[in-house]
Amino acid sequence: MKPLLLALLLAAAGAPGAHRDPGAGAPQREGEAARPVVVASKPFGESYLLAEIFAQLLESEGIGVQRRPGLGATTVAFDALRSGAVDVYPEYTGTGLLAILHEEPRGDAQSVFTEVQRQFNERYGVRWLPPLGFENGYAISVRAETARRYGLATLSDLAKVAPRLSAGLSPDFIQRADGLPGLTRTYGLRFESVRPLDQALKYRALASDAVDVVDGYSTDGLIARYGLVVLRDDLHFFPPYQAAALIGARLANGNPRAVAALTRLSGMLSDSTMRALNERVENGHEPIAAVAGDALRDLHLVDAPAGSTATAGAGGRADRQSFARYLWERRAVLGAQTLRHIALVGVSLLGGILLALPLALVLERASRAAEPTLRAFGLLETIPSIALLAFMIPIFGVGFWPAVAALWLYSLYPIARNTYTGVRDADPAAVHAARALGMTPLQVLRYVRTPLAAPSIMAGIRTAAVIDVGTATLAAFIGAGGLGEPIATGLALADTRLILSGALPAALLALVVDGALAMVERWTRPAPLRHRHDH
Amino acid sequence: MSAPSLSFEHVSKSYGAVQALAGITLPVAGGECLALVGESGSGKTTLLRCVNRLVEPDHGVVRIDGSDAGALDPIELRRSVGYVPQEGGLLPHWRVRRNVELVPWLRGSPDAARLAEEALEMVGLPASTFGTRWPDELSGGQRHRVAVARALAGGQSVMLLDEPFGALDAITRHDLQRLIVELRARRPLTVVLVTHDLSEALLLADRVGVLRAGHLEQVATPDSLISEPATPYVSELLARAGSLRS
Repeated sequence: MKPLLLALLLAAAGAPGAHRDPGAGAPQREGEAARPVVVASKPFGESYLLAEIFAQLLESEGIGVQRRPGLGATTVAFDALRSGAVDVYPEYTGTGLLAILHEEPRGDAQSVFTEVQRQFNERYGVRWLPPLGFENGYAISVRAETARRYGLATLSDLAKVAPRLSAGLSPDFIQRADGLPGLTRTYGLRFESVRPLDQALKYRALASDAVDVVDGYSTDGLIARYGLVVLRDDLHFFPPYQAAALIGARLANGNPRAVAALTRLSGMLSDSTMRALNERVENGHEPIAAVAGDALRDLHLVDAPAGSTATAGAGGRADRQSFARYLWERRAVLGAQTLRHIALVGVSLLGGILLALPLALVLERASRAAEPTLRAFGLLETIPSIALLAFMIPIFGVGFWPAVAALWLYSLYPIARNTYTGVRDADPAAVHAARALGMTPLQVLRYVRTPLAAPSIMAGIRTAAVIDVGTATLAAFIGAGGLGEPIATGLALADTRLILSGALPAALLALVVDGALAMVERWTRPAPLRHRHDH
Repeated sequence: MSAPSLSFEHVSKSYGAVQALAGITLPVAGGECLALVGESGSGKTTLLRCVNRLVEPDHGVVRIDGSDAGALDPIELRRSVGYVPQEGGLLPHWRVRRNVELVPWLRGSPDAARLAEEALEMVGLPASTFGTRWPDELSGGQRHRVAVARALAGGQSVMLLDEPFGALDAITRHDLQRLIVELRARRPLTVVLVTHDLSEALLLADRVGVLRAGHLEQVATPDSLISEPATPYVSELLARAGSLRS
């Protein structure tokens, strides 16, 4: 490996320190008392907003906070809470009962809350604080035009015409007992087709006629924005979904001040308050921090400093700015996110090179182990990114390092395969001559096979880098930051400009990384082969 | 200083069910040039490669100046035997000078640079002109000369030529054949040449061994091979070589 490449990668690896938060590993090295409270959310607007409200409330009490917004889905967030990587996130009682405890839906709101509180404490040592005050149950929505044409008002009405309609549902709604399987049992609901759609994409898909029916939440601001019709759950299938703060054992037992602060929110947020707040975030594209701050001041939970409404006003005006101006105004955040992205890719790629390259050289000597090993690496490539990222949480918690670990696993196959093939198939005449004139096998590997394989090795590293740049955008779902953060948040808030502010730099970064490595590739090529064209 | 003798004693080699060599016994005197001829699959290349242990015989012994090659360290053995493979086999990522320095460098010789220069001079490619070139900047004939220089730069006195000039045009080929004759005139050199070209064998060799399916059909000087072919197969080979030449 040439020193410049190494220096580049090391520089990138150093970058996480420059980012505003130092990664999940860092706090554990400090004393327990100094550890900030890690506040997480799931990747949808209301969850972001509630988490921000939690965070600001804690900060107003002088308690240090680390934000981990937009964790993958229920399992990711809950596993992170249970393993202690996260201290608090907003959860819903119905989700706790069905998706985590895997119990049948039953009872009224109060009895469900009592049940999850008892069982979570016994099984996981995790505590539900008293409910926040509003319910956000499942809402099955259709376009107003669809409701008119078929005369739909209830889910029973929908069941009659469902075979003519296509549904776009969250992947976890399709699986969960309190989702599609239960609806099918209760209402006999069978759609013409069911497509798994990301939480954040569904409403757009519905509005653009790509699907006819979507699932969502009753407090979603986008329901009003697109003028959708929510169908009534006339057979009372959906369980109650009271929102509450779910707190991990360490916070529950070790930080009474934080618990007291969060408990002050109990019963404070009504359905209408929450819908209005969601509306401001999802339709008005106001900054979540500003909306959360306003909510806390309106509820008299924090003191109101002057000029708070001005912040909200600025958010509203943002819609009319040009995209270039928008990017320019976000340059500090985008710069930090880009650096973080480069760090994720750089560290994982460097790790991939350090393992896969020497290993592939060893495999050239132990050719019987080569194919099985490479196939095992190849299998890793087939694990869906989100799943692989989620697997890392029990081991590494949330944040920078689990994402690095997952990206590292993805980088192994292209590097190992290209290195192995390159050294194995290196110019046979040169290899034969080198051996016949008395090079040892190791000398043949070092002086003949490896230099001749350099272009192939670099091609593997290039492939791995481009894969990593793309996959790293998903790392935001486990709280790793990077350019996936504006993409995930933008998807959750249906904010196209926010999505593009992450997606465009990420695409540009992929091109730049590919181009830069292409230059390194040319330069590692043995000199006489340099003028030859790439294949 | 005289070149070492070689001797093949009852050398056998099989690849699975295929017998490549069936107990070949063949002494080669020090300073002699022995050509091995035969069709593809006759075993001539396998026999040659038993000398520097690129092939390990199943049975039998190859002796170099009386000592059993099988008892020597194969790496040291290969560094002491000159070898010119088909197509030359230069390392494409090394300049000419470094290619020729290969064996002295492997042996840790402090004189590697001087030895390489002398070897290049000997094959008619002065290091000052050709030393810094890349192999793919040379003509086919020049590449083969560099390969010969590389085989001899370590002061080797045994040289194995493994179908070395097969892919060259007739004129270049003739030049290289003359080079081999000149080298043998200048320094003591025991040569084993594998070729499918009987006329090349007759031109260069002191004795010619004809192999067929792992057996030696005949070993004789060029003159007696032509005048007294031992088997109908040898006659046929001679007839074909004659008709090709005319």
